[in-house]
Amino acid sequence: MKLKDWQKYLLALAAVVIIFAIPFLLNPNAKFGGADDAGSKAIQAQQPGFVRWAAPWWTPPPETESMLFALQAAIGALIIGYFIGYEKARRDFSKNKKNQKETGKKNSDEE
Amino acid sequence: MHIMEGFLPPFWCAVWYALSLPFVVYGAWQVSKVFKEHPEQKLIMAVSGAFIFVLSSLKLPSVTGSSSHPTGTGLSAMLFGFAMTSVLATIVLIFQALLMAHGGITTLGADVFSMGIVGPIVGYYVFKLLRKFGIALPLTAFVAAVLADWTTYLVTSLQLALAYPGAGLEQSFLAFAGIFAITQIPIAIGEGILVWMFFDFLMKSRPKLLKQLLGEKVAG
Repeated sequence: MKLKDWQKYLLALAAVVIIFAIPFLLNPNAKFGGADDAGSKAIQAQQPGFVRWAAPWWTPPPETESMLFALQAAIGALIIGYFIGYEKARRDFSKNKKNQKETGKKNSDEE
Repeated sequence: MHIMEGFLPPFWCAVWYALSLPFVVYGAWQVSKVFKEHPEQKLIMAVSGAFIFVLSSLKLPSVTGSSSHPTGTGLSAMLFGFAMTSVLATIVLIFQALLMAHGGITTLGADVFSMGIVGPIVGYYVFKLLRKFGIALPLTAFVAAVLADWTTYLVTSLQLALAYPGAGLEQSFLAFAGIFAITQIPIAIGEGILVWMFFDFLMKSRPKLLKQLLGEKVAG
């Protein structure tokens, strides 16, 4: 049996969801803190007495920070979605045109 | 892979800036060339940049019990090469450094070097190599994207180890890689699956443009 494209993509997405759900089953009590922060903390272990020599010019409050991350994802998703929709319309349109040529019919909208 | 603001000594900040700058400058020149000579590629470039935007904003849980984010740079490395990818990554990293206090301006050179340059270089050459051996396209894209993501974090570990060798470079590298490398494996695989899907879609929807971008025949 050959899978249709959308079935294939759905399975792939399910695999992605499973990959990111497994950690919660394996480590139900973990805090899932950021590895970036853990890396910064490890510097202190490597070099006791370390002091950061520059600080961010602005640190957003946690709520604003999560909003900005969501905004970043939304901007990206918007562009990707635009492209996928654009491609679908383009393919449908050229398919329609071909069909009209084959049947010799004219689309009434074009006149 | 973000090294936080002020967490690299000034000497190393300068080193990574100096190493990254030529790539970004050359990449910016290439981007303007594509805009002029191949306007039909603009939309795909925007989509490649958008991929980095989305993926680098997602902090995903990993089997180690900590979270990390994918890089999203593999797709653009395969389609546009690593120089142009470094430009796209720089835009994202500046956005995160200035607005989210994630990464930093002093560490920008180092972060661009790991995420925007070495990761994409690995993705680019792995992709070319596997294609030479005739491996099918969406699968090749999967492997290249996973490795681009994963090596980014190895470079970050090396950058931190070089700046903070402690008792010894090797021991320090292993300490930092212990934080990043294993956490990143499932995340890189997740990213690879998304890239596989997108390549599969591109092959069906835009075979000619893909052929033009990759400079090769696209038969799958």
